[in-house]
Amino acid sequence: MISDNLIPLFMIMSSFLPALMIFGLAEERKNLRRSLNLIGVVSTLAFVVYMFSGVYQGHHYETRFPLLPNIDLVLLAGPIALFFGALSSVLWFLTTVYAIGYLEGSPHRSRFFGFFSLCITATLGVAFSGNLITFLIFYEMLTLVAYPLIVHRGTEESRLAGQSYLMYTIFGGALLLLGTVWLYTLTGTLEFTPRGFIENVDEEHYFALVSIFILLITGFGVKAALVPLHGWLPLAMVAPAPVSALLHAVAVVKAGAFGIILVVYEVFGVEKAADMGLTQPLAVLAAITIIYGSVMALYQDDLKRRLAYSTVSQVSYIILGVAIVGPIATIGGVVHLVHQGVMKITLFFTAGNFAETLGIHKVSEMNGVGRRMPLTMTAFTIGALGMIGVPPIAGFISKWYLGLGALQADQEWVILILIGSSLLNAGYFLPILYRAWFLPSPEKWPHEHNFGSRETSLMLLIPPLITALLALIFGLLASSPYSPLEWVKLIASREFY
Amino acid sequence: MNMLFIYALTGTGLFFIGFYALIIHTNLLRKILALNIMGSGVFLVLISLAMRSGHSSPDPVSHAMVITGIVVAVSATALALVLMLKVVDITGKPDLHDQEDE
Amino acid sequence: MMQFIMTLPWAIMLILFPLTGAIISFLWSKQGNKIGLVTITFVLISVIFLAWSIIEQDVYLHTIGGWDAPLGINLYADGLSLVMLIMTALVGLGISIYAISYFSADQSKRFWPLWLLIIAGLNALFLSSDIFNYYVALELIGLAAVSLTALGNTRKAFLGAMRYLLATLLGSLLYLFGVGLLYHGFGSLDIATLSRNVQSTPVLWVSFALMGGGLLLKTALFPLHFWLPPAHSSAPAPVSALLSALIIKSSFYILIRLWLSIFGPLGDGTVESIFGLLGAGAILWGSFQALRQTRLKLLVAYSTVAQIGYLFLAFALAMSGGSIAWNAVVFLAFSHALAKSAMFLVVGNLLRFGGHDEIIHLDRVAQRLPITTAAFALAGISIIGLPLSGGFIGKYFLLESALLQEQWGFVIILLLGSLLSAAYIFKVISHFFTPSSTPHDSKIIPANMEWAALLLALAAILLGLFSSSVLSIVDIGSPFELEGEKL
Repeated sequence: MISDNLIPLFMIMSSFLPALMIFGLAEERKNLRRSLNLIGVVSTLAFVVYMFSGVYQGHHYETRFPLLPNIDLVLLAGPIALFFGALSSVLWFLTTVYAIGYLEGSPHRSRFFGFFSLCITATLGVAFSGNLITFLIFYEMLTLVAYPLIVHRGTEESRLAGQSYLMYTIFGGALLLLGTVWLYTLTGTLEFTPRGFIENVDEEHYFALVSIFILLITGFGVKAALVPLHGWLPLAMVAPAPVSALLHAVAVVKAGAFGIILVVYEVFGVEKAADMGLTQPLAVLAAITIIYGSVMALYQDDLKRRLAYSTVSQVSYIILGVAIVGPIATIGGVVHLVHQGVMKITLFFTAGNFAETLGIHKVSEMNGVGRRMPLTMTAFTIGALGMIGVPPIAGFISKWYLGLGALQADQEWVILILIGSSLLNAGYFLPILYRAWFLPSPEKWPHEHNFGSRETSLMLLIPPLITALLALIFGLLASSPYSPLEWVKLIASREFY
Repeated sequence: MNMLFIYALTGTGLFFIGFYALIIHTNLLRKILALNIMGSGVFLVLISLAMRSGHSSPDPVSHAMVITGIVVAVSATALALVLMLKVVDITGKPDLHDQEDE
Repeated sequence: MMQFIMTLPWAIMLILFPLTGAIISFLWSKQGNKIGLVTITFVLISVIFLAWSIIEQDVYLHTIGGWDAPLGINLYADGLSLVMLIMTALVGLGISIYAISYFSADQSKRFWPLWLLIIAGLNALFLSSDIFNYYVALELIGLAAVSLTALGNTRKAFLGAMRYLLATLLGSLLYLFGVGLLYHGFGSLDIATLSRNVQSTPVLWVSFALMGGGLLLKTALFPLHFWLPPAHSSAPAPVSALLSALIIKSSFYILIRLWLSIFGPLGDGTVESIFGLLGAGAILWGSFQALRQTRLKLLVAYSTVAQIGYLFLAFALAMSGGSIAWNAVVFLAFSHALAKSAMFLVVGNLLRFGGHDEIIHLDRVAQRLPITTAAFALAGISIIGLPLSGGFIGKYFLLESALLQEQWGFVIILLLGSLLSAAYIFKVISHFFTPSSTPHDSKIIPANMEWAALLLALAAILLGLFSSSVLSIVDIGSPFELEGEKL
């Protein structure tokens, strides 16, 4: 039928073309816009699933397009690509449903959903990129198309947040470009390869390679909110809740973390990077970020800001897993990409529900919310407990593997970090749970919308319930053959033996 | 050869005198005149370099260049003068100061 | 049929069509719009056919009147000329579509003849193969451009045009002086002949100093850029687009040709360093000034000053042995032409829409003029050099060349330049989304004005996708090689 080589391209097109069409729609064409959105989402998901099953049967999906002399644009359905791509498309589906519900009645929805769609195009391009240049191109595209979403509300506050976001991300992008081109002049290729492609570079270029590593990690670290490059993230909370959900769980932040994963495993090769002494500083930086993020979260009363700092902290678990050289730690770090994704998106969905339904933006306003919105609060609780690392939710699995991996790699100090951060997580999540479930509600909520017999609109309620359920399932059924954990074990094995 | 060399030198001198005047003066008419003098200087150089040894007549290509240059200079001067009048119309003075602050 | 098409003298038509069009539109001024559009379409078609014949048959050489060099005039087109001609035709079409709706009937009568004269001049310039023809073409273009600049009829326009005229005439005179010396020294005006005859004598370098000085002034390389911001910012929008996109490139092109054939093989490295230094200065100064501007038109003009710096940086790298850098030069020039013209057209739209171009008072343009906003964003992406765009490809080659030659200073300047340009472009874009504190009346913008800008900006982006095709065109006739070895 369709050649295998075109499938990745079609997948990209299935979110790109609807985006262009949505841009052209007048505000009032609500139904057409919804249909286009959902068609785009579903067909993208279909393509990803198709490739997933095809790969199991031995198909090879690769789209190539010559871009520069000797360098092609490459989309490749490899195991890591499918892993990240599947996460992105499933979560995008849920976020789209949520966003439709959330933005009901808001202005400029055509513009919003157009860029929303483009964000997923860019994210999938990042996920399925087969070399560093393709990655860079879609990564920068993501930077650009996320911007209109951040400034969507059109207020001065959002403009400044957008400006801060751009300053950080464009700076990161410039470093990435420099690192990439420099690497090309040394290696002559940029194709991602398990265990890296820099073996052929002479020893005399050691200093250059170290500089390139620093450039690439810093460039990716901006989006991955590695301290001290995280400054844009809390400010970006001014965007509407679906945007925060998308940015923090699915797209921007994950793209940065994904970039770091690829740099360590498929550009440098983890063992080579360790030999060059590059992984230990990275581990330390990740650890600092973990603690810093958690500490800052303690001080935030604004709910989304608290979650933002929690993201800063949690994404560095992924980086920590990468930086501790060892297959078990790798498993812990990479699987957290998915686990953190579903848990964090649950938290943001529910935060959005609280804001939309009751006008709650601060933790201090959340007294007794559990009785008013029990289902939403349950989802929140599952997410929060997962963040802390309570079994059997998915977060526990990641932390368990990280801990084991640290022991295996003789990095016992990491265990202290894990325990410390879990305590801190408890410190900023448990009080919320206590307030919500056990304290009496106030006389009047800040700004209440009535949704009839349900606690909130269905489109706002279902997505977080689904993601919370996923967080549970990924944890409970972690050892079953199709769980994210098993998939990651497959990925890790390619990088080490 | 000596005479021609002096002509060429004069031409160069005119060129630089004109250049100096172009930069120093703010009055537009003087600037335009300065450009004309520079042009004449260049033409003088071109013509005086046109003598070829071993031929009985001077090099026609140089002459062709000068004629073209004169035609261009005439049109350019005409345009410049018209523009200057427009400037006078609008600002009242035929001056072009160093750099206007926007 | 194909054979017949290929034997037609497309190069001649490229010059004759617009010349005739200019005269007709002057005589029959009421139909200016239609005549202009028809002519520029003919130009585009001719370029396409010329391209076709060059791709089939290698370079194109046409001896006018049968009188060969060194006395006659030859028209010569290799890959580099072709790319420049394509650039002129595309940008020309975009600006023409825009101009149909932009000008009042009165201004329109004066616009079209001058505009078509410039197209004729540009085509003649890109097809010339002797240094005096360059002079004639430069003058034609220069005088017509000054007149177009003055079309705005405002105080700033006249002052800007006057300054421009004086600068361009000075440049031409310097160039002519150099031509005279070069001719006297080496006996020919024809470039191919000169390249065989030249030797490294003082005469050669004095003439280079003169010609180079004149051309640098015309190309507005820092610090000789003083005339550009007032001229480009006070001209009507389509004229500003023309000035920044095409006319600047014409003198730059001559400089490249002179270097490749005549002065380059005898150089010893000082010129490269000077160009590199000045280019770096242009990037930093231009970007810094752009950031400071409160008016959009001035910001875009200073952006041109900075972008010219990139061209010279690439030039410097190419001169010192980086063949990859020539690719950078071509892509930077071409994509800048497309993106910058789109930007000036956008500014024209904004001025027409709100009556002003104060950046902080841009009032929710993103909602009310989405096509214009998209055009500015896409053009900005190319100017900054973000993927995926022609500007990105250019910056990529530039970076690669600088890294290979271990010119770390250039690398840093490049990165700084990108960050600064991102800063001023996004500063503008961010104000597209926010409302202004002082509301203004808004007027309707005709569709073709918006679409012309968008299509030009899209072309800049698409250039990034088709880099291999562009590179294969440029290589026709090996413009960047001298007797087999890459310069």
